[in-house]
Amino acid sequence: MAMIEVKNLKKYFEIGKDAKVHAVDNISLDIQEKEIIGLVGESGSGKSTFGRTLCGLWDKTEGEVFYRGEKLPSNYGPKDYKKFSKKIQMIFQDPYSSLNPRMTVKEIIGEGLKLHGKISDKELTEKVAFWLRRVGLEPDHMSRYPHEFSGGQRQRIGIARALIVEPDFVVCDEPISALDVSVQAQVVNLLEEIKNSLGLTLLFIAHDLSMVRYVSDRMAVMYLGSMVELGPTNDVYFRPKHPYTQLLIQSNPEPDPQGERERASVGIKGEIPSPINIGAGCRFAGRCPHATERCQKETPKWKEIAEKHFAACHLYD
Amino acid sequence: MAKDIVLDVKDLKVEFDTYGGVVKAVRGVDFQVERGKTLGIVGESGCGKSVTMQSIMGLIPMPPGRITSGTAKLDGLELLKVSPEKARSIRGKEIGMIFQDPMSSMNPTMKIGKQIAETLIVHRGYSEEKALNEAKRLLDRTKIPEAHKRASQFPFEFSGGMLQRAIIAMALACKPKLLIADEPTTALDVTIQEQILDLLKELQTEDNMSIIMITHDLGVVARMADQVSVMYAGQVIESGSVDEIFYKSSHPYTIGLRQAMPVNDEQNSTKLIPIEGSPPDLFSPPKACAYYARCPYAMEVCNKQDPSYTMIGETHRAKCWMQDARAPKNDDLHQAHL
Repeated sequence: MAMIEVKNLKKYFEIGKDAKVHAVDNISLDIQEKEIIGLVGESGSGKSTFGRTLCGLWDKTEGEVFYRGEKLPSNYGPKDYKKFSKKIQMIFQDPYSSLNPRMTVKEIIGEGLKLHGKISDKELTEKVAFWLRRVGLEPDHMSRYPHEFSGGQRQRIGIARALIVEPDFVVCDEPISALDVSVQAQVVNLLEEIKNSLGLTLLFIAHDLSMVRYVSDRMAVMYLGSMVELGPTNDVYFRPKHPYTQLLIQSNPEPDPQGERERASVGIKGEIPSPINIGAGCRFAGRCPHATERCQKETPKWKEIAEKHFAACHLYD
Repeated sequence: MAKDIVLDVKDLKVEFDTYGGVVKAVRGVDFQVERGKTLGIVGESGCGKSVTMQSIMGLIPMPPGRITSGTAKLDGLELLKVSPEKARSIRGKEIGMIFQDPMSSMNPTMKIGKQIAETLIVHRGYSEEKALNEAKRLLDRTKIPEAHKRASQFPFEFSGGMLQRAIIAMALACKPKLLIADEPTTALDVTIQEQILDLLKELQTEDNMSIIMITHDLGVVARMADQVSVMYAGQVIESGSVDEIFYKSSHPYTIGLRQAMPVNDEQNSTKLIPIEGSPPDLFSPPKACAYYARCPYAMEVCNKQDPSYTMIGETHRAKCWMQDARAPKNDDLHQAHL
């Protein structure tokens, strides 16, 4: 059984009369135990909304999410948060705004444990010290405030806060994009090491394609609220099926000047269209070099094209 | 053939007085930009790349800032000694700028066309009507669809990618000799990034303009730059042609940056090697090599004496004792980047 099963999940935001933002539109996804799923897409493609909806930070408009066979409520109440936040946690993108500046590091990291049961102050201190060491900080950092740390150190505090309650499943929403290159590698290796020792399952949301390829077992690509491709990471990166994925990966500049000089420009047309009141047809049709009349009218079905490699595109009928 | 140098910066040092003491933000930076070419400046936050650019443009607030040494010549004109009035006339006319966040570099209450026209009215003395027409032409040149209509819209009506195009139109309004682009695509997605980089290259060729491209993305540098300077703790620690920097990386920090980034090779999955620790405190920068504390190849001498530049190729130099003739041969260092 998959650890997380997402079935036809939809999240719409109403923005006035008769206007809805289709942020997440009909996404189904199974996440297996101890797997890292990388989720990529342009900004505005709905990847963060998808992650937040999975964690219950947004109410679900339609569809279901199961955690180990148990259905998660579509609107979380305080009791639901208490129950499921022990198992499902989130690491946020911005290490500056995601930590309360008036709380000490001990209060920030220890808050989850306190909420989840009686714990003596001594035990709490020990646990926080353990996790500080685990993420590469010092136990005496405990009494400091977030402003005393660098971006990379704050991201480690955010990681410790999420992991101290020993969750099974963690949504990492762009956990490294605010960090410098050398620090990104530190944080990615830390996540990988903790994942291996604790057996975590991760949804790793990012727009850095190379980093997602490096960390994830399977890779999912979102475009304008829907999932267009999913498969084993190397298959998706090196043998992409959907025209959007192909263009996305081709436009990723590699740190190889000679290769870049030889690489012709991809020249993907236009920009991601408005996600308000989307009609039928393929969402990528307006920018797709292979688009036909059918693509404008008929929404493509999700199909298995190669082994465990799925895409939604009429080219593969 | 002698190189046609547009901007020549030598031994630039900048300090800031703060309550905590004096921050030595830039500690002796040299670089040159050739006409019609792109210099990539790579470095992490706090390495002094933005302060270096601000000094060139005369944007360092003094006090608390202080330029304690150096020269910066733009076609022979000494930029560090000009009056604030003169500096203002150089910015926008001789040197164009584009920044990381397009939203915050525009006035949100002013129509796009008018903001671009303002540059032309101030620097070129155009009439309002002529300037506005020119602004529309510039928007069209940066490939904004329906430029005429777009010129009378406000910044909030533009997407991030379109707004960055409008900012490029504004920066290029007076045909500057030099464009300083500070992380121009960091806030954009890869497909839009590619469009913007293509546009910059195209406009560069048309106007024979020089570009200084500041970025931490080695992929963007590989695509755009002819020459590269790598900065660390307020100094240039390695510089050379883009091929030299990528294929013959010679400073352990440059090598470290490359090893900290994933390589997309299906057959060969190398593990990321992070650079441990963090950059030195610039309140009291180390007397010797600034990278000593994080360097996997550090020797005794590195903590005692500051290395000078060793020339590795005609334009390729590195500030590292490993490159000194007296250093022991280290095959690791030369293998590391392969």
